[in-house]
Amino acid sequence: MDGQGLSTLPLSPYRVLDLADEKGAFCAKLLGDFGADVIKVEQPGGDRSRNRGPFFHDIPHPERSLSWFACNTNKRSITLNLEETQGQELFKRLVASTDFIVESFPVGYMKDLGLDYPILERLNPKTVLVSISPFGQTGPYQDYKGSDIVYMSMGGMIYISGDPDRAPLRISVEQSHFQAGAQAAAAAMIAHYHRQMTGEGQHVDISIHECMVCGAHLSSFFWEIGGINTCREGNRVARGAVAPRMIWPCKDGYLSWRIWVSQQGSRTRAMVEWANSEGKAEELKHLDWENIDFNDLTQQDLESWEEHLIEFFLTHTKAELYEGSIARGIILFPVNNIEDLRRDTQLESRDFWQEVVHEELAETITYPGAAIKSSEFDYEIRYRPPLIGEHNEEIYHQELGISKEELIILREGGCI
Amino acid sequence: MQSTRNQALHNINVLDFSWVIAGPETTRYLAFHGATVVKVESKSRLDLFRSYIPMAKGIPGINRCGAFDAYNSDKYDITIDLNKEQGIDVVKQLVAWADVVVENFMPGTMDKWNLGYADLKKIKPDIIMASFSMQGQTGPHSKVAGFGTELQSLVGYTNLIGWPDRSPAGTSSPNTDFVVPWYGIVAIMSALDYKQRTGKGQHLDIGQLEAGASFLSTVALDYTVNQKIANSMGNRSEYATPHGVYRCKGDDRWCAIAICGDEEWTAFCNAIGNPLWTNKAAFCSLPERKKREDELDRLIEEWTIQYTPEEVMLRMQEYGVPAGIVASGQDIHADGQLKHRHHFKMLNHPEMGDHSYETPSWRLSKTPGEIRRPSPCLGEHTEYICREFLGMSDEEFIELFQQGVFE
Repeated sequence: MDGQGLSTLPLSPYRVLDLADEKGAFCAKLLGDFGADVIKVEQPGGDRSRNRGPFFHDIPHPERSLSWFACNTNKRSITLNLEETQGQELFKRLVASTDFIVESFPVGYMKDLGLDYPILERLNPKTVLVSISPFGQTGPYQDYKGSDIVYMSMGGMIYISGDPDRAPLRISVEQSHFQAGAQAAAAAMIAHYHRQMTGEGQHVDISIHECMVCGAHLSSFFWEIGGINTCREGNRVARGAVAPRMIWPCKDGYLSWRIWVSQQGSRTRAMVEWANSEGKAEELKHLDWENIDFNDLTQQDLESWEEHLIEFFLTHTKAELYEGSIARGIILFPVNNIEDLRRDTQLESRDFWQEVVHEELAETITYPGAAIKSSEFDYEIRYRPPLIGEHNEEIYHQELGISKEELIILREGGCI
Repeated sequence: MQSTRNQALHNINVLDFSWVIAGPETTRYLAFHGATVVKVESKSRLDLFRSYIPMAKGIPGINRCGAFDAYNSDKYDITIDLNKEQGIDVVKQLVAWADVVVENFMPGTMDKWNLGYADLKKIKPDIIMASFSMQGQTGPHSKVAGFGTELQSLVGYTNLIGWPDRSPAGTSSPNTDFVVPWYGIVAIMSALDYKQRTGKGQHLDIGQLEAGASFLSTVALDYTVNQKIANSMGNRSEYATPHGVYRCKGDDRWCAIAICGDEEWTAFCNAIGNPLWTNKAAFCSLPERKKREDELDRLIEEWTIQYTPEEVMLRMQEYGVPAGIVASGQDIHADGQLKHRHHFKMLNHPEMGDHSYETPSWRLSKTPGEIRRPSPCLGEHTEYICREFLGMSDEEFIELFQQGVFE
């Protein structure tokens, strides 16, 4: 939290102006994680997405939004009213020294403000403008309204998820904004490389809808190559003539494992031998897994075998089964909830979780830390999420050289 | 071969040992933007996806597989027997040629071939090595084998897909495989930038467990701060009602509708023609609607069932209500917006025939990138790579060829 790492991190020479709400906040967060100086530009009173839950101790307040915290570490914050001329002028001064601008306004809003790409390009030809919108900047759906469940639906993820006898299912928590932010950061870095080579910035157009198509890719080539509409199969997955079970009950919850046959058949034998060693699944002892082909089986055969294994699984907890599988080279994972994940020994050993002090809340909050590691750097959360306009003076006065008197006038005029 | 000189990454060489999804998906995007990506396979160790269904026209063949094809367009393919000393020599020449080496074997595998980061650094001191894995390169579970399909359970995704009254349903899409490529690209591009400034390379350690967990940050904070454990809620949301996937006209066809505030609720009522039930005080506010969610969902479905999902989406969007069809693979290929944005590009594959390839989600205004070549056949570019990238003479190549190095 002391910012000491800042001078060495790979993106430390670069500045990002982050105008994005929840749709795109994760983009600048990733650039910040890699060392960029990210300035969150909030409307006076704060970014509207600070009003999205869940909240710290369940008390709704713009300085307590946990969804906002999750996507806004490693950033500083200023307030700025982009709808006023003075605010726009101030913004243009910031643009002169910025490398990336990230925005997620409705399509056309930046143009209405006189701040669209051609104008920003004139102010700073090197800048990379990243626009994140529900369906992209162009096309018949450009003004369509989006929502996490809508993007997941249109992206193909929902069609292939859930039980066959009920409606298809979404992931119960927001994913599209993480996908869009991360894909936007990837695209921004490709544009950045070009800028570093040539001095030329550009406009990056991100459609959240398309991000979700790319984030659930399988169904599109199954149709294109196989003429198959992959569909939801609940806790099973279709393989040849049968649908083997993927999610199994155990003593205290569920686990993921599948019966493998033919070349991978030895994986199943390892599981059966384990069960046999505890007096379970004796009925499966004689089966020659390497010489079984799913195409020669009936669903009934498969399910009768599964019953014996379920009997075995029900005698163990998911943690026991996971550890036992690791020892035997079996591919089995527990169906974890967030509490289980928080206790995961692998994450613990890699120091994934990070304590971040929130002085204003008089609390230290445990965050998911850096998602990747490098031999050169210690990636970490260097700054807790900023308060609204926390860095106004630091950035406007100390960095842009605006006098304190002028700042007071700007504040009173509702500009910052 | 088509020039990539006008593409953003035209001067980057990538040596790619990766297979299945996470690594290949990352390098596919680099190739799309002009990087020269050499994929290393061997006849005894094919990319696993060369044997997966679907196969083009249902005819089996290592060059006909849809999954391999989807993640390997624009790459060059070389087969090298890594169990032969001369094979390792060829690999070392390729390392010297490369800026970036990508792999996603079980941690430790590259070391066994003397191709670990320390070895690569000796060949090329500023090499950038990106190692993708399930759970990272270090720690007690780093060598636990797995696939994204199962691993997403460990991360917590499976638990978040299901009905509250049933066991988790999960998804057949390996979610975490589609999280790491973005981290991979940001990390690799950052490393290239750092190398240009400092002359230093680095080893990147990108695990699906951590990357996947980062996409659940909000859930994690709600737990660490409020001790709340997120569970599957069907298609419902704490913050919106109605919020669901509604049955429409047709065979197993559905449309998602999400209504956040009272303004969207009013728009929704207008969109469905303000039937009598919408006037009920019982539905006038979000908390009221939440109380009668089952009833509300039933009433909405009575309306949606009369129309196709496309009709429902269009009507809702006309009124400013977020809605979208539950798209199958076929629907994605028919989507008007994706067509407008040229999300798919048709190419001819020598064995698979004409079919479309998927572009990235992003549009770059000045260096748009392009899918230029279909996925490679096994070893398709072995000779080309040796001659053009490594500058091997004919004699040298033939000698190695006869020794079975390119098996």
